[in-house]
Amino acid sequence: MAKGWYERIRDIDRRWIFLLIALAVVLPLLFEMYFPEIPTPMVKQVYDQIENLPAGSRVLIDFSYDPASMPELQPMAIAWVRHCFLKRHRIYAMALWPLGQQLAVETINRAIDFVKKIEPGREIIYGTDFVNLGYKSGQQGVIKVVLTNLETLYSTDINGTHISKIPMMAGVVNLKSFDLIVSVSAGLPGSKEWVQFGSDPAHVPLVSGSTAVQAPLLYPYYPRQLVGVLGGLKGAAEYEQLLFERKLKPLLEKRLAELGHPAGAEDLVAQAGQYLGYSQLGIKRMGPQTIAHLVIIAFIIIGNITYFIDRRRARGRKTR
Amino acid sequence: MLRRTIPMIITFVVGAVLVVSFFIPHRPFGQLGEDFSVFFDIISVFAFVLGGGNLVWIHGDKISKRRPGWGYSVVCLLGFFVTLVMGLLKLGNPWGIQGDVTEAGSMFNSIYEFVFTPLSSTMFALLAFYVASASYRAFRAKNIEATILLVAAFLILLGRTFVGALLTVWVPDSLAFLRVPNLANWVMMTPNLSGQRALMIGISLGIISTSLKLILGIERNYLGADSE
Amino acid sequence: MSVRFGLAGFIFLLAALACAANVLAAENAGAVAPPVAAMAVDTPSDAGGSITIRFRPSPGEGEATDPVVSYQVSRSPCRPDRFENMGSSTSYALANAGKITREAPLIEVVDSDTRDEVEYFYQVTALTKAGRRSEAVTVGPVQSKAQWFARDKLNLLLLAAVVSAAILIFIEAIRRGKIPFVRKIAGLEAVDEAIGRATEMGRPILFVPGTQDMNDVQTVAGIIILGRIAQTIAEYDTHLMVPTSRSLVMTTARETVREAYIAAGRPDSYNDEMITYLTDEQFGYVAGVNGIMVREKPATCFYLGSFFAESLILAEIGNSIGAIQIAGTAQPAQLPFFVAACDYTLIGEELFAASAYLSQEPKQLGSLKGQDVGKAIAMFFILLGSLLATVAALTGSSSWWAVADWVRGLFRMAG
Repeated sequence: MAKGWYERIRDIDRRWIFLLIALAVVLPLLFEMYFPEIPTPMVKQVYDQIENLPAGSRVLIDFSYDPASMPELQPMAIAWVRHCFLKRHRIYAMALWPLGQQLAVETINRAIDFVKKIEPGREIIYGTDFVNLGYKSGQQGVIKVVLTNLETLYSTDINGTHISKIPMMAGVVNLKSFDLIVSVSAGLPGSKEWVQFGSDPAHVPLVSGSTAVQAPLLYPYYPRQLVGVLGGLKGAAEYEQLLFERKLKPLLEKRLAELGHPAGAEDLVAQAGQYLGYSQLGIKRMGPQTIAHLVIIAFIIIGNITYFIDRRRARGRKTR
Repeated sequence: MLRRTIPMIITFVVGAVLVVSFFIPHRPFGQLGEDFSVFFDIISVFAFVLGGGNLVWIHGDKISKRRPGWGYSVVCLLGFFVTLVMGLLKLGNPWGIQGDVTEAGSMFNSIYEFVFTPLSSTMFALLAFYVASASYRAFRAKNIEATILLVAAFLILLGRTFVGALLTVWVPDSLAFLRVPNLANWVMMTPNLSGQRALMIGISLGIISTSLKLILGIERNYLGADSE
Repeated sequence: MSVRFGLAGFIFLLAALACAANVLAAENAGAVAPPVAAMAVDTPSDAGGSITIRFRPSPGEGEATDPVVSYQVSRSPCRPDRFENMGSSTSYALANAGKITREAPLIEVVDSDTRDEVEYFYQVTALTKAGRRSEAVTVGPVQSKAQWFARDKLNLLLLAAVVSAAILIFIEAIRRGKIPFVRKIAGLEAVDEAIGRATEMGRPILFVPGTQDMNDVQTVAGIIILGRIAQTIAEYDTHLMVPTSRSLVMTTARETVREAYIAAGRPDSYNDEMITYLTDEQFGYVAGVNGIMVREKPATCFYLGSFFAESLILAEIGNSIGAIQIAGTAQPAQLPFFVAACDYTLIGEELFAASAYLSQEPKQLGSLKGQDVGKAIAMFFILLGSLLATVAALTGSSSWWAVADWVRGLFRMAG
């Protein structure tokens, strides 16, 4: 017997679902569909934590993720590094994941390129403004060791230079020497381990950026042990929006005007992207996420409709 | 008997010492936890020889006997040995054999950037498709609990996008908690958080119990013996 | 003339005194109040090499025009005359801006670079926004040393002792008494049925013991369950596949499964090729397992151990091949995926209870009862703490807050 429309929808081949999801992700990217982001209180707290630190503060950033989670975590990592450079904070990069080391290099280089474009004449010097301490194996054991003595594990940076020869390492003894810890975390080891073994014992504030799936695991530590959490792309997009509104907008406008490409409010981001290499990866990727969420909601509604129709038909058959 | 007794004695001694050393900061006890973690890392590196050897043996056997799918085994072994050789010999490394194995420009780094990274991202991206198909199949209002789950899923899905904010932008400030993004945050921070905490308490107790049984030798199944 | 000079001189003297008084007053108005009640102590409950300097905030923090914003701490080893700057600490007001604190204000600075048995002196100076400095307060001498017992972990020790004692007491008691009631766990009740299904269909059984190494308790729990299930699988003579993500897990699983087959009286049915190593890499492993599932089409899939992002991929592929799936993990973030996509899910501690449940041994079941004591303690204090905090918040009474804080302090985690 030929299937009716209802049976076809109820028994839909999952590949149709996959196709629709693929379109939901690809089309917003192709047509550059962006949606406004309204920063939530927790993201604002994270922003304020970095913003309120005095210039020159020591910020330890742990790049604990890998290429698989890069699309979700790179946008927030880039936003944080940009913010720190704009505030003239000193960045100490490290990684608890082996592949995080390389991602730290890519992220910092990208942020440096951008900052130099909007602040011409600005010098960002390795060893004075930022240092990459690299990856060390041992997972949370690394955190436990650096809590008391950094040099035990990190006697050299990733280039093999002894830390005594790096100017910004002067006075850095252990975790308590830092003013803020930033954990970009895709899993284990990550932010949870930083709370348990690092920031809480050292009484150093910690902000976390994690995948959306891991974020709920960190909420128990908020707000006492964790200043705030950026959960997945949404958190990254909100942070980018805050950074743009509160800090970057006037800088971009000024620089574009200096370069002879004055931009209005509507095309500021596009012009900044074209002439200054500015990107809002999180906000850009929220477009597909928004559409995909709506598609999934539609599927859930359709699934429930078919379920209730099935139930009613089954009851009808019983009563007959 | 010795095959099981000696591992049990080692388990008991090491377990007891590590538990006690957690409460003793004085050297050498305070450092024992980290030291044993390092010992474990060293042992697992040696164990990798067994695992790697097993991988080569399984696929090599498949190729030699031309079992169905042996072509994929060729790909697997090719990838394994090419990466191994490129990493060991640091081929194409600007600093030669003394450079860092992941140095930019080296062939190992190229494999990482152009093969490994796209493949990892692809596998992770599959989750988007599977979330959709799992949601379509699983989120049915079969009973009260499933309905609550369904409503929570709707709130979170909408609240995590600007559509949720748009849908309830008309709600007055005095009732701001009814706006979808705020409701979504409330779901994550209150019932979800409570459930997570309860789960974590139960899991912790389960870990204590299992660890105690392992240390005291009550649970010996992992050694291949029945518990007594 | 002398009278006139005397008068002039007197007036001049008065004016000079007035000027001097003004100058003195001006100087006193500019003085920055130093920190209060400063002391330096050996950092408690540590392995030595650390001294804690404590002091109460300077009254100057409350100044409207030029408040104290930070404290500079200097150190001098052995003698109090060679002080070197050690660093600075933000003022209490700035560090706690926007926070509600009920504890008495206290600032702590930790010097974690000391040598044991060397005497140290410290100076603390308050600094204002405009750069004015207070008089330095000197404390010391103090020596750092290692402690033999971490007193700040005493509460943890007592709690662990109580829970462990409960577990051991119940294990012993149940050996002699009656078996306790254990509620049905659907996932574990279905194990025999799932194995039987695979046997009838002539298809293999897939067991995935998680993606972490043997130092993760969840992996150990998964291997223990594998041992129990393998005996049943051996009796049914069904093919078993165990792809592992770690070499150590592979070797342990082989040992466990071999012994299970021997115990079932089927030593010849065991083959090392049942348990293979794929790769340590998370997504490489799940791609490999997916390939095995799509090619071999197991009728039953067990996912028991520690999982991360790969959980949904495994479960969906298992669903697509029509396998019955029993999952269990203590990773809270992955449980929703397993619950949505698998037929049965062991949630959190049910994974650790599985061994006891499947074996039905009195000693194992006793440990479940002991866990319940731990849960009862947790529930009691959660209710008590919530009640106290609610009453304190509603009444605003400092006494109630003190009691609530005391209860919370019982469970404060030490560093």
